[in-house]
Amino acid sequence: MKKTMSFEEPIIKLREKIQELKEFTETNEVDLSDEIRNLNDRLIKLENDIYGNMETWERVQVARHPERPTTYDYIGELFEDFIELHGDRAFGDDAAIVGGIGSFDGKPVTIIGHQRGKDTKENVKRTFGMPHPEGYRKALRLMKQAEKFRRPIICMIDTKGAYPGRAAEERGQSEAIARNLVEMASFTVPVISIVIGEGGSGGALALGVANRIYMLEHSTYSVISPEGAASILWKDAAYAKEAAEAMKITAPDLLKMGIIDEIIPEVLGGGHRDPKQQAKNMKAVLSKALTDLSKLDGDELVQDRYDKFRKIGVFTE
Amino acid sequence: MLRDLFTNVKKQQAIMPNAKSKSDVPEGIMTKCPACKHVEPTKELGKLLKVCPKCDFHFKMTAHERIDSLIDEGTFVSMDDHLGTENPLEFPAYMSKVKKDAEKTGLNEAVLTGTGKIDGNEVAIAVMDAHFRMGSMGSVVGEKITRAVEKATELGIPMLIFSASGGARMQEGVLSLMQMAKTSVALNRHSEKGLLYISIMTYPTTGGVSASFASVGDINLAEPKALIGFAGRRVIEQTVREKLPEDFQTAEFLLAHGQLDAVVHRVDMQDMLSRIIRLHTKGEAVQ
Repeated sequence: MKKTMSFEEPIIKLREKIQELKEFTETNEVDLSDEIRNLNDRLIKLENDIYGNMETWERVQVARHPERPTTYDYIGELFEDFIELHGDRAFGDDAAIVGGIGSFDGKPVTIIGHQRGKDTKENVKRTFGMPHPEGYRKALRLMKQAEKFRRPIICMIDTKGAYPGRAAEERGQSEAIARNLVEMASFTVPVISIVIGEGGSGGALALGVANRIYMLEHSTYSVISPEGAASILWKDAAYAKEAAEAMKITAPDLLKMGIIDEIIPEVLGGGHRDPKQQAKNMKAVLSKALTDLSKLDGDELVQDRYDKFRKIGVFTE
Repeated sequence: MLRDLFTNVKKQQAIMPNAKSKSDVPEGIMTKCPACKHVEPTKELGKLLKVCPKCDFHFKMTAHERIDSLIDEGTFVSMDDHLGTENPLEFPAYMSKVKKDAEKTGLNEAVLTGTGKIDGNEVAIAVMDAHFRMGSMGSVVGEKITRAVEKATELGIPMLIFSASGGARMQEGVLSLMQMAKTSVALNRHSEKGLLYISIMTYPTTGGVSASFASVGDINLAEPKALIGFAGRRVIEQTVREKLPEDFQTAEFLLAHGQLDAVVHRVDMQDMLSRIIRLHTKGEAVQ
């Protein structure tokens, strides 16, 4: 049922074999329970081997899995009384960014996230989760609203990047992203960002100037897509796998570079295998972060965000 | 194996067009305008602030040429020339490319920062130099701009940034991306103090630089015909298959679409900046 990623084929094959044997024992008078138990043990070991040691490119595939839970999926699991709020009050309502208000642990919060589609039709509507300027301006409107009503802001990052198109340029794609970066620095409420899928370039960062930045275990965060990097480095997008490795875009890479605060563990094999459990993993981290940040006053939150980004960079003095 | 792949590829600038035209005119003595093919003695062109006398084409300036054209003589004091680039992602040949451009430009990185006076008014200024790795922003560029903005905040003076950049520097990966946020939080602090920030976009201002500090000036200016945009023209044409107008992503296109306050000819730039600064100094504004 679920789309198979090439690296997990051995697991899928073994699972099918176990299923076949089970069906065989049901229709025939033979006892194969020992064999099935053996194969199940092997399956567990194989899953741990393969899913537990994913290479960069395998993580990219998981991050891009069509059934990977999206912002809407997590909103449904994590927040009560969610009300979606639409529009930037200037041009339109960009379906590639969704947002609204809801309650988390009994307290009101503002939630904003990139929204991919799960099928072609929805992806066309949502421009594959690649926002136009009005998407970023809607996000900023909702963040300012959160500031007014003293609600923490929770952002979910899941985009290949801002939409590259004529209309986006005409309406000021650069300015819309840049404005969010500057304004997010000023909020006196807690801001938390979680990369749930792909974090592509400035289009991702525009929801990412936060006090705490988390990444799901198999999400990615990068300055350029692996395909984009490959076409610059080797004039061939087919080298995306090599480029992905060279660019250091995985959650462990970013943790090591000191850019993110923590990795949120994923369900074995990826969040799409059990979205409810995945949401639970996120809930625990969010809950702790909100409790910790609630101890800081407005000025301290601004200072905390300043310090966080101020120190990023590698150079010699 | 990965290393081999890197070294097999000849260095090419794939995304950004380069205005520097390899002409048949001997380098140094004469310079040929890439727009109208007019040939002008290089020395004369320098006196004209590197603007073609026939068609107004604005040649790329080095950071030092820009400073000389704007800042009162003898008042510029550069900052942070000692910061050195590192190779955090261990990209093959990255350090040697940076070293080569440092030798070529006399800069430690793709931006020159410091303080100086414009018509007697003290400013902090950052001038990017597209001759250094296409003006791309890595850790050192982000750090130098951030420190210049912090200096402006500390001294309570205007900040000027001349952008000339292909965007975030790929070789430093996500660290480059984060420089967009770093410079932005510093600019926010400068702004909250009620201080003036003028952004001047020159050829080219694209990608991560366009999508961070370059676009959020209190006043956004650009030089004529400067290329300014988020996504590259080729990327847009390839991914979206949209037909793009001739003047797409030029300064004039941005002005027409409400993204700029003014397009300013290089010859008028110093006067324009001086007037803007004067109109923002205390005593002339409402207290």
